[in-house]
Amino acid sequence: MNFQNMDVVSIRDFNREQIEETLELSREMLPYARGEKVTRMLEGKILGNLFFEPSTRTRLSFESAANRLGAKVIDVSQISTTSITKGETLADTIRMVEAYSDLIVLRHPHEGAARLAAHFSSKPVINAGDGAGSHPTQTLLDLFTIQQEKGSIDGMNVVILGDLKYGRTVHSLAEALTLFGAKLTFVAPEALQMPIETVKHVENMGGNITCTNCIDDVISDADVLYVTRIQRERFPDPAEYEKVAGMYRIDIDALREAKKDLIVMHPLPRIDEIAPEVDFTPHARYFQQAFNGIPVRMALLTLLLGGSL
Amino acid sequence: MRDIKVTPIRNGTVIDHITCGQALNVLRILGVNENNIDSTVSVLMHVPSKKTQWKDVVKVEDRELDPKTVDKIALISPNATIDIIRDYNVAEKHRVVLAPRVKGLVRCGNPNCITNKREPVEPEFAVDNQSPMVLRCIYCDRIQNNITDHLI
Ligand SMILES: Nc1ncnc2c1ncn2[C@@H]1O[C@H](COP(=O)(O)OP(=O)(O)OP(=O)(O)O)[C@@H](O)[C@H]1O
Ligand SMILES: [Mg+2]
Ligand SMILES: [Zn+2]
Repeated sequence: MNFQNMDVVSIRDFNREQIEETLELSREMLPYARGEKVTRMLEGKILGNLFFEPSTRTRLSFESAANRLGAKVIDVSQISTTSITKGETLADTIRMVEAYSDLIVLRHPHEGAARLAAHFSSKPVINAGDGAGSHPTQTLLDLFTIQQEKGSIDGMNVVILGDLKYGRTVHSLAEALTLFGAKLTFVAPEALQMPIETVKHVENMGGNITCTNCIDDVISDADVLYVTRIQRERFPDPAEYEKVAGMYRIDIDALREAKKDLIVMHPLPRIDEIAPEVDFTPHARYFQQAFNGIPVRMALLTLLLGGSL
Repeated sequence: MRDIKVTPIRNGTVIDHITCGQALNVLRILGVNENNIDSTVSVLMHVPSKKTQWKDVVKVEDRELDPKTVDKIALISPNATIDIIRDYNVAEKHRVVLAPRVKGLVRCGNPNCITNKREPVEPEFAVDNQSPMVLRCIYCDRIQNNITDHLI
């Protein structure tokens, strides 16, 4: 499979085989990601981090992944902030940045920015989030986490909880999980439930979907509970927000009917969707999940830049 | 029996079976306006139709419209037919078909889309479905569900 010079803008840019190959390589990266083994496989390569909005975690995670592979990282965000004030287009900024690096990691506030960057750049572009748009490396690390922790994605009963209406990463995750044969249950208050088009789309892909507003009804069958943030901004009335957030808060009591081997995931940062007491249960996997961002990004960088272990 | 509401034309193009109410948008898509045409253009709005109840019809004299431009009409009028008239007779007839990609014809309805931010790109959509028409922005991935309001 040839990944070289491919762009990673949306998880839809990958077919199932490519995702599998990425996950496989991610697994091989684990000892290197933990620092137990050392490689200089991407020595001489330069990664250009171009962040038009702050996202320290994602930026550092790419930086750490690149360092573990012996690649250099330059933060070219500075030229974007100075050029933006001069009114430079993203297209022009990209044409500049591609001269400085072998691969561009882009974070941008406008949807579709990564696709545009990919059009103008001859170097590979990885989308590290564009506005409310997609964030494919998050989806890949989510898949990797389920596969690592549960052994397989196929046949898993994945409950996705929280703001399913606006969170587009959740839509991509739902599609990707369906591609791998998971059963999906969407739990959200009526007003934040998965858009009907997305549900239909996933069903057309052969997805098996249940929608409900009550976590208690579905928790006992769940293999994976994927919690997302319910954003305060969605609620004009703060009291209404507190009420809804409280109803969907995961604490030990909410998990009392859960399977022993249920895993709880969250893309982080969490505010109070998951009570800290859950951190100490065998269910908690969100910190592991965050760590998994490193081997997965290492795998992607390697595939796109043509390195090999 | 032909039901011709305007004087028959000798040569030209008839765009028939236009979705009712879309005649002026059809002219817009074709780029036909008073500045670039020197023959007669007749627009019939809300005329009875056998197939659907009502339709619009546009007749352009002395001009055989290029099938490629004409196909763009499918965006707003998927059932339109194009009749090329030569010497008072229908010499050619074809249905409009939309290419799988639509570029530079429609703006993205998502205000936060990069194509609405003064970048040097034309908005472009993938045609996910023809009937009903479903366009998906290839940049931001949003579905455009109000095409007529976003024609460029
Ligand atoms: N010489 C002409 N001048 C102007 N309009 C014409 C002329 N000849 C045909 N038309 C128009 O072109 C269209 C197609 O004509 P045609 O004779 O093929 O009709 P039809 O059999 O009803 O076709 P369809 O099945 O596409 O409705 C009709 O709307 C008709 O009014
Ligand atoms: Mg007819
Ligand atoms: Zn768009």
